[in-house]
Amino acid sequence: MVDTFSETLSEQAAADIAAEVISRPGRGPWATAFRRLRRDRAAMVALGVLVLILVACALAPLYAHLAGTDPFRPNLDGSITLNGQSVDVMQPSTTGLGLGVTPIGPTWTLHYLLGADSQGRDVAARLLYGGQTSLFIAGMATVICLVLATLVGVVAGFFGGWVDTVLSRILDVLWAFPIYLLAISLSIVLLNTTLHIGPIALTSDSLALPIAIVGVIYIPYVARPIRGQVLTLRHSEFVLAAVGLGIPAWRILWRDILPNVTTTLIVFVPILMALNIVTESALSFLAIGVQPPNASWGTIIGDGEALLYTRPMVALAPGLAIVLTVLALNVLGDGVRDALDPRTKIR
Amino acid sequence: MIAAVLQRLVQMAFVMFGISVLVFLIFFATPGADPAARLAGRNASPETVQQIRHEFGFDRPLPVQYAIMMKKLFITQDLTSFVNRGEKVVPEILAAAPATLSLVAGAALLWVLGGLFVGVISAATRGSWLDRSLMILALIGISMPVFWLASMANLVTQSAYHDSWAFSWVPELGYTPLTKNPLRWFQGLVIPWLTLATLYVGIYGRVLRANLIETLQEDYIRTARAKGLSETRVLLRHGLRTSLAAFVTMFGLDFGSLVGGAALLTEVLFGINGVGRLTYIALGNLDLPMILASVMYASFFVVGANAVVDILYAVIDPRVRKE
Repeated sequence: MVDTFSETLSEQAAADIAAEVISRPGRGPWATAFRRLRRDRAAMVALGVLVLILVACALAPLYAHLAGTDPFRPNLDGSITLNGQSVDVMQPSTTGLGLGVTPIGPTWTLHYLLGADSQGRDVAARLLYGGQTSLFIAGMATVICLVLATLVGVVAGFFGGWVDTVLSRILDVLWAFPIYLLAISLSIVLLNTTLHIGPIALTSDSLALPIAIVGVIYIPYVARPIRGQVLTLRHSEFVLAAVGLGIPAWRILWRDILPNVTTTLIVFVPILMALNIVTESALSFLAIGVQPPNASWGTIIGDGEALLYTRPMVALAPGLAIVLTVLALNVLGDGVRDALDPRTKIR
Repeated sequence: MIAAVLQRLVQMAFVMFGISVLVFLIFFATPGADPAARLAGRNASPETVQQIRHEFGFDRPLPVQYAIMMKKLFITQDLTSFVNRGEKVVPEILAAAPATLSLVAGAALLWVLGGLFVGVISAATRGSWLDRSLMILALIGISMPVFWLASMANLVTQSAYHDSWAFSWVPELGYTPLTKNPLRWFQGLVIPWLTLATLYVGIYGRVLRANLIETLQEDYIRTARAKGLSETRVLLRHGLRTSLAAFVTMFGLDFGSLVGGAALLTEVLFGINGVGRLTYIALGNLDLPMILASVMYASFFVVGANAVVDILYAVIDPRVRKE
């Protein structure tokens, strides 16, 4: 192999390559990790799927415009043209006593692609708008969780003493608290009050509530490993040296500690996104997450529950969207972890 | 040994106290609404609210309120619902516990067996197509929201294919107590068990595989192989034994949290009258005493179960005991 390779190159070219290899500085850890991730085919496919989902959700207004439907307004008397015939969105029931109406099923055309829900709204359009909400909440909650968890973990691990004791005990309590019960307790109380935080008034239809709740409940999950890591870093030689030189604590935290926990934080991003999407959808399904008129994948599944046996597509489609997104995030998460943490490379 | 157990029990008591304070603060000290009105539920008369305010001491300092609430929850156990007038919530919750336990215990058995199977098989055939497909299935299992999976299971077994030979045995949604009709109890729980176990088979399979593969790099495994032991024996007797430690710890945590409320969605969708469904119904009509009691009892159960697991662990594993 090597022989044939060198034979195809002129001597001059080979010398050029050799010179370049020698002069090129060593690859940094980030570049190495990024290269590893790029070689991971599964992770790249997952990333592609995620980008597609993001783009599709971002284009929700375009679909709604083309299909001529309003995903947030009931359309009980409307009709659409299908194969040259006019069809009602809400059709008379054919089962039972023939009373009541059943929404139109999937048409597989631009209008009502996936059918209508019990309010005559376009499921496909709601799916895309709901995706925006779900992804937005999950993303914001991830940011909140990472920021607060880093703060708690770094402070507890670095300063130790009673600060660590107090923070760790609080984390212990939160950790032992079943996550869904914590989320339910917070939601039920906060949904029925208008919370005033300074000048901002949080009403129950604001997305800030589910973001805050989902963002808070996973803090111990991230803060505990961060604290452990900082605890070890605190006694490492380069930090002791910095302390000995009289460098102020905030500067050590910022320059020496924080860069060393960044990898851990990055590994948590896809995992937290996945957890947050599922948690938000569960809360919204229970009607204690996203409130109407907003919709998320969870609320759409909740809407579809009543139509499950007649129009399963209403619950099926958003569920598949969640599974696909979370699956892609989990695969990407595995890839990111493998790329950043050489220890887990044992395969 | 006794010191370690005592220490763990003290820690448990501390965490329980912390949780009770946290729950109390969430429910009664968040700004924005009158706690008495919150407790009374929707459309309560001013007289009821006034009576509650006096009875629960909402006109007195917070620590007194906390003490009264804890007394009503755990000592006299006479906290009553104001939505369903006069209904005592604590006995209600205790009566619902067997249904939840039936659901979680059966699912636990399934996921332990499934997780062991998936983990051992894929670690043994590492890198093969079998390993890869098992891991993909495990990931899909982890990625499905349980309430959606339950919906889809209902769609298939209760509607779309209910009349086919495959699912005609599935009874209507609901829970039959074991003491009333064991066969019906079993039939009614098979689909909920499978649904609930799916997620955990995925998690446990993945964790066990990773653990086993790490263990198989150890020196004593090489020694075992060098002695000429069969690969099966090396894997099961030498590898699996050490990998099970993490498995057992996880099991304690997950079992506890499922009994303590994480099975809520499964109970709701399959109509199983457990603690979770009680909480869900209470959510619907804002029955705060019921939610409060179920959250408190469930989280105490979780904390207690974790302490028991840790203590058992110290009994089983001498290394933990010495620390």
